[in-house]
Amino acid sequence: MENIKHIFKKEYKAYFVSPIAYIVIFVFLIIVGWLFFSTFFLDRQASLTRLFTLLPVTFAFIIPAVTMRLFSEEINIGSYELLHTLPVSNQEIIIGKFLAAVAFIGVMLAPTIVYAISTAFLGELDWGPVIGGYLGAILLGGAFSAIGLLASSLTRNQVVAFIISMAICFSLTLMMDFVLFFLPNSIVGFFQYLSANYHFQNIAKGMVDSRDLLYFLSVIFLSLYGTGLILQEKK
Amino acid sequence: MINIENLTKYYGDLCAVDHVNFEIKKGEILGLLGPNGAGKTTIYRILTGYLSPTSGTIKVENDNINEHLMKIKKRIGYLPEEAPLYHEMLVYDYLNFVADIRGVNKIDKNNTLHELADLCSLNEVMHKTIDELSKGYRQRVGIAHALLGNPDILVLDEPTSGLDPNQIAETRDIIRRLGKEKTIIFSTHILSEAEATCDRVVIIDEGKIVADDTIDALRKELNEQSFEIIFRKLTKGN
Repeated sequence: MENIKHIFKKEYKAYFVSPIAYIVIFVFLIIVGWLFFSTFFLDRQASLTRLFTLLPVTFAFIIPAVTMRLFSEEINIGSYELLHTLPVSNQEIIIGKFLAAVAFIGVMLAPTIVYAISTAFLGELDWGPVIGGYLGAILLGGAFSAIGLLASSLTRNQVVAFIISMAICFSLTLMMDFVLFFLPNSIVGFFQYLSANYHFQNIAKGMVDSRDLLYFLSVIFLSLYGTGLILQEKK
Repeated sequence: MINIENLTKYYGDLCAVDHVNFEIKKGEILGLLGPNGAGKTTIYRILTGYLSPTSGTIKVENDNINEHLMKIKKRIGYLPEEAPLYHEMLVYDYLNFVADIRGVNKIDKNNTLHELADLCSLNEVMHKTIDELSKGYRQRVGIAHALLGNPDILVLDEPTSGLDPNQIAETRDIIRRLGKEKTIIFSTHILSEAEATCDRVVIIDEGKIVADDTIDALRKELNEQSFEIIFRKLTKGN
């Protein structure tokens, strides 16, 4: 447990000493701010629905940029050898890095709370969906981070890691919309269940259902477990 | 103290280490010598838990590396070749992180870091980022990394490579001083250095052991005074 904390601290700090953190947060806030406010006054509704509707798509290309370096960079410069020969286990390394990425996403999301507060001034804001939205955003961020970590462990090239995780995250986000047109109704449900967007929108409505929680937790678990297997295989 | 038993490692079809057996006694400074690509680094990587062997095993005082890896890792300080470090971290932050992982307790930590900075002459660079450092300083950060947490076994992969003659002499002093209380296994291409520091040498070539003895005994056995010629004879340099 101690070791997870030390790895977490190191990785979290590493985000903020390199410019990448500030660039990613900057780009994220611009995109989200524009998507949110461009139609905000046309809708004439005091709600954050617009913010959360498009969040999965935004996350699908922002989060791979956050996670791409976590293993790729270490494998590439060889510092992974130093880290791995210290008395820490693979699991501690993976969980520490994962938590650091999730904490970073939390920091990235934090400024958007200003939108909620200013919306509350303009009308009756229903806080249920807002809280659900943020909970969902953290779960979705966690799932995409875990996928990003998996992609990062596959290659020493950060660009390749970015593209792999972006491809997976986008597929999970858009799955529902694509298959709806092509497939018979009987199996649409199955693909709907695989879609990250579907589960996220459920939570963002303010209904926290165990099925949706289970979906995100299983994506996180499976991806981190896969990362462990890949690192083990490299030995 | 450390027993390497029938150690074999394949990378795909390539056999990097081929049924290697040797022993390192407690308190000994052992030189693991051999030409590039002989398998030295692979042996170190298996000993430190970075790679797992294809077959065979390593035991550290009856603890098998396959079962008690974490316990063994705690006892080993490792300096990889060309110490690859976190480029963006401050030297201080980096050593602090390693001290935390190695379980140096909070009260001793500052003292430990100060002593190490003195020992490795790192005082001027503690608050620089690692990518600003010269090769010599990086190597010294690597040595400090290996010494943190006071491990009783040191594994040093070419600790003097890329250093200037003054730094080589300093590093050699550090190794000899540490060798009084620790078990050290290290490699070098500077044969005079091996002669000056090692209690015993193991020479490997193409993954196989070709000699395991003191340098004096090798001289007698091969009836040759120059260690360089001995080395070249044993590793088919001619």
